Amino acid sequence: MAAEKMSLSKAINASLRTALETDPKVLIMGEDVGKLGGVFRVTDGLQKDFGEDRVIDTPLAESGIVGTAIGLALRGYRPVVEIQFDGFVFPAYDQIVTQLAKMHARSLGKVKLPVVVRIPYGGGIGAVEHHSESPEALFAHVAGLKVVSPANASDAYWMLQQAIDSDDPVIYFEPKRRYHDKSEVDTAAIPGPLHAARVVRPGTDLTLAAYGPMVKVALDAAAAAAEEGKSIEVLDLRSMSPIDFDTIQRSVERTGRLVVVHEAPVFLGTGSEIAARVTERCFYHLQAPVLRVGGFHSPYPPSRLEDEYLPGLDRVLDAVDRALAY
Amino acid sequence: MTVESTAARKPRRSGAKRSTTARDTKKQPAGQTELVQLLTPEGERVEHPEYAIDPTPEELRGLYRDMVLTRRFDAEATTLQRQGELGLWASLLGQEAAQIGSGRALNDADYVFPTYREHGVAWCRGVDPTNLLGMFRGVNHGGWDPNSNNFHLYTIVIGSQTLHAAGYAMGVAKDGADAAVLAYFGDGASSQGDVAESFTFSAVYNAPVVFFCQNNQWAISEPTEKQTRVPLYQRAQGFGFPGVRVDGNDVLACLAVTKAALERARTGQGPMLIEAFTYRMGAHTTSDDPTRYRSPEERELWETKDPILRLRTLLTREGLADDAYFADLERESDALAKRVRDAVRAMPDPEDMAMFEHIYADGHALVDEERAQFAEYQASFVTAEEGI
Repeated sequence: MAAEKMSLSKAINASLRTALETDPKVLIMGEDVGKLGGVFRVTDGLQKDFGEDRVIDTPLAESGIVGTAIGLALRGYRPVVEIQFDGFVFPAYDQIVTQLAKMHARSLGKVKLPVVVRIPYGGGIGAVEHHSESPEALFAHVAGLKVVSPANASDAYWMLQQAIDSDDPVIYFEPKRRYHDKSEVDTAAIPGPLHAARVVRPGTDLTLAAYGPMVKVALDAAAAAAEEGKSIEVLDLRSMSPIDFDTIQRSVERTGRLVVVHEAPVFLGTGSEIAARVTERCFYHLQAPVLRVGGFHSPYPPSRLEDEYLPGLDRVLDAVDRALAY
Repeated sequence: MTVESTAARKPRRSGAKRSTTARDTKKQPAGQTELVQLLTPEGERVEHPEYAIDPTPEELRGLYRDMVLTRRFDAEATTLQRQGELGLWASLLGQEAAQIGSGRALNDADYVFPTYREHGVAWCRGVDPTNLLGMFRGVNHGGWDPNSNNFHLYTIVIGSQTLHAAGYAMGVAKDGADAAVLAYFGDGASSQGDVAESFTFSAVYNAPVVFFCQNNQWAISEPTEKQTRVPLYQRAQGFGFPGVRVDGNDVLACLAVTKAALERARTGQGPMLIEAFTYRMGAHTTSDDPTRYRSPEERELWETKDPILRLRTLLTREGLADDAYFADLERESDALAKRVRDAVRAMPDPEDMAMFEHIYADGHALVDEERAQFAEYQASFVTAEEGI
């Protein structure tokens, strides 16, 4: 299989398949990942082809899923666990933060826990509560975890390959409202580094940084701004821990302005950290304060309100205009 | 040493039927339970219909030696805390039989997930006692290699390790290995959701894990009555595997029952819960003051059930150990204590930069950046001094 156009969810499925084929220690675990293929069908067909021993339907207990994955990793396995929805991860938060993240350090490097936690995240699908959240900052804040999110099918494939290959625990956030977006995936390509940000649209007037589901919104905003004669550079951050500040710095030194966009609440979010670091690194290059566009300090609203809550084209362009007006 | 268990020898169709507890539960109201005991507090050998053991004199002396050395090490650690050499110590005083009995039931290939109080089990696994003290001195968070002795790092958050044990056991089963996993926890941990989830996972996947609950009656200041309305071993029944209560101050009973349970797990018969009924003779940790919540009379009652004394009584009465043996052991205990004391006092503080090490196996840009910044900051002091 070489270059092929596929949906983001199919790319994850293909990536899991590749991992199961190439490494007998890779296991898939989660609720409904077997016969059903997951509630989003991301693991469709894998149990049929690799058996119940490697694609494991688990009891409905998230702490148990991650806790047993840790035990399996201690035994030499490489579990890839699925948390069914973003808002369901919190029963496992203790195991992730207290155990998964710290065991390598507690053992002074003798124990490695190559566990991937896949979490479909974000809103925009008209779901009931707890199905639309963006908790990535809660994980990025924790030393010992790596946190990434692909924005397109190719990254979905390759970043998952790299996450599974990593000897560190990786929280892999899947932009669920982009599951059906199709793009080219070259499974024979040589991927770039997992934690590198990427310039996905070059520009000169302002840098718009986003990740996961918001990259498309950022690109749409840049296209709209271009019609008004504004040249916007769009960065796909790809990784929230570590964050590729070098790439952000290079971009901001060129443009002098930065707007960070994510679905998660802006308060103490990824954008807050980026704003602080960019202020430290690029103080004399900045023509405007770093602005953040994201969710509010409210519980994720009922779905009839989510279009107002989520950063859309207009809210992003509003921030762009404010930054350019300084 | 031969250990025979009808549970291991005669597998029945279902785990529930195999359990003595299933029968007991129907006969007895909650709270009245059968205790597996092979050595009474008076040092008398007694028989049990399901669990038998016939240790040689040498094996009996070995168990006695293990318990005495463990208690001596534990006492030395408490002293070291009082002297300021350790920040904290969690004493196992009173639980020597539960830990040595279960610890000596293990095969080399078996794997142990301890709490933070399993100093006796660590001893059985061959973990150097001084390795246990780094975290209590504050020089590391454990640091030993779990795989070198199949003894995992101490886990402080209550009950979390039972899930790791269940997962590890799932892996053992996948590997088809001739091994079992022994997971320790306490009466307080029995209330944790993770423990319930580990029972569920182990039962559903028929994982070769034995849950060893040391019910020492107290979770800091809370008595077991604050954790449960039924005897803890009976919880297993609801998950579909057998549970048994053993006299936790009887090293022979702990050994026999754990051996049978581990063998049962190794032969594909699934998990089992052992509740070792014992008593925390000391404080929860050196920071605790048990006089605030329990009576001295209670402790005095349990002193009559001391795990070491009863085996000494047996050894003496049967003529299996003489005064010279006990005197030699006393000298060995003192030597161990001295070695531990010297090792702790010589334990160097970690280097400043150690806090940036081993956070990630594959590295992390932020850690690299902060390490470099901190090194530069530290170096700035040296430069200033040189400037003077």
